[in-house]
Amino acid sequence: MTSNATPALSFQSVSKSYGSNHALDGVNFDIAEGEFFGLLGPNGAGKTTLISVLAGLVKATSGKVLVHGHDVRTDFAIARRMIGVVPQELVFDPFFTVREALMIQSGYFGIKKNDAWVDELLENLGLTDKANANMRQLSGGMKRRVLVGQALVHKPPVIVLDEPTAGVDVELRQTLWAFISKLNKQGHTVLLTTHYLEEAEALCGRIAMLQQGRVVALNSTSELLKAAASNVLRFKLDGTLPPALAAKARVVGRIVQLPANTAAEVESYLAAVREAGLVAEDVEVRKADLEDVFLEVMNKNKESV
Amino acid sequence: MNTAMTHTKNGWQSLFYKEILRFWKVFGQTVTAPVLTSVMYLLIFHHVLEGHVKVYDTVSYTAFLVPGLVMMSVLQNSFANASSSMVQSKMMGNLVFLLVTPLNHWDWFFAYVGAAVVRGLCVGFGVFIVTIWFAELHFAAPLWIVIFAIMGAAMLGCLGLIAGLWADKFDQMSVFQNFLIMPLTFLSGVFYSIHSLPSFWQTLSHFNPFFYMIDGFRYGFFGKSDVSPWVSFGVVFIALAIVSSIAVHLLRIGYKIRS
Repeated sequence: MTSNATPALSFQSVSKSYGSNHALDGVNFDIAEGEFFGLLGPNGAGKTTLISVLAGLVKATSGKVLVHGHDVRTDFAIARRMIGVVPQELVFDPFFTVREALMIQSGYFGIKKNDAWVDELLENLGLTDKANANMRQLSGGMKRRVLVGQALVHKPPVIVLDEPTAGVDVELRQTLWAFISKLNKQGHTVLLTTHYLEEAEALCGRIAMLQQGRVVALNSTSELLKAAASNVLRFKLDGTLPPALAAKARVVGRIVQLPANTAAEVESYLAAVREAGLVAEDVEVRKADLEDVFLEVMNKNKESV
Repeated sequence: MNTAMTHTKNGWQSLFYKEILRFWKVFGQTVTAPVLTSVMYLLIFHHVLEGHVKVYDTVSYTAFLVPGLVMMSVLQNSFANASSSMVQSKMMGNLVFLLVTPLNHWDWFFAYVGAAVVRGLCVGFGVFIVTIWFAELHFAAPLWIVIFAIMGAAMLGCLGLIAGLWADKFDQMSVFQNFLIMPLTFLSGVFYSIHSLPSFWQTLSHFNPFFYMIDGFRYGFFGKSDVSPWVSFGVVFIALAIVSSIAVHLLRIGYKIRS
């Protein structure tokens, strides 16, 4: 095993351009061995491109990516043995059964007798009774489980999950996170991209936020939460929010959320609502969560990037 | 962390096995159907031309036709295996399962071309077994039969791989197939000896490497051919070296598969 001093993943000034479009612009950060790391960002921020560079699907225009010290371009055979990538797209090979797909994938990594681990994967992913079913017969959620299994057939020290829970049911999410957390506790490094910020907050010890191909925030989850507004005033409203509040508020349907760190701020917001002739319902003050942090970071950097 | 697994360097075998399993699972479509097509050719040409056309003095037209049909099946199916597998994987997105593995361009090359050779030989053998009952065949030089069958299948496997890498969709693939592979196959002497052609077409045929594959293959049966088997071997060997080099180069640079 590689020494602890060597990062599990090291992104060094990684840039990728498609003509004049800079999908990645000098991305620089390391992920230590054993970390559960979140990579967040809006659609088109460059998350999948960065993972594709890591997986060898896309060639970086400049910079390099190391997996346990091995360059993914020049030392790809070793680097790729050390990572397992769950792709975002729900892809499958319609010719094979679930077990065949997993055994073939094992074979690509040069592992011939892998039945015990494949059985364990099938069990942990709730696929045992589908082992001999053709991939075409599986539901979308089941296909997603097989994708996870295929990424793990070679027990990679680094697991990369690109939006693995997009469009899947609660049961699969719970099964998947229980299994991935177990692997993380055993020492596997996990890199996760997701749009479900609750998941990222619950699972990731450290988070990087990407915006327009640049890292705009990088810290431990707890530090990111501390740095944000610590409290949020939340209420429901029928009617249009007064302009003075609308500029600060996050509005989803009837739900209005405003950063409020003091009682005076809470009072002034509610007074403004009352003066506009509106009634705030289900009023509550809650702790800021990762979604608040994310939006704050994205808004702050919108003009600077 | 107790995650170490034993890795060997023969991952290409798994890809080779997968490519064979892929066509074997749809045997009716990939082997039986082309055998049936060849039998239909034989029945029609045997019925229409037997007794009217004599290519070599001691060889009946049907006997002359059988090796041509066998080789045509070998070539077409080798091409089809590599090309359809690659383009399907690209279109369905499941090529990603291969792209993230430690397999290098040589692994890909030997697995795809190897499986294409196996499919071509399976179909060729099937055509041979079915058509052999229609004509009396000899095996004047069996080694040439094996050599030209394998080299021809490998060459078309390479071309299939190149076409599969180049094409983004099936209609682009059919352009390659209809405007290159089919004309070269049909103008190669499957159904006739090039000596029966006008001189212009005879000369043109000598620039077609498919002609040398079929002529050399036929020599293995009858001990007779339009050109020396050694010349055919030389031409096919050089053609194979060229298309292999192109296929390996495209795989090495990740042409249209790694952006």
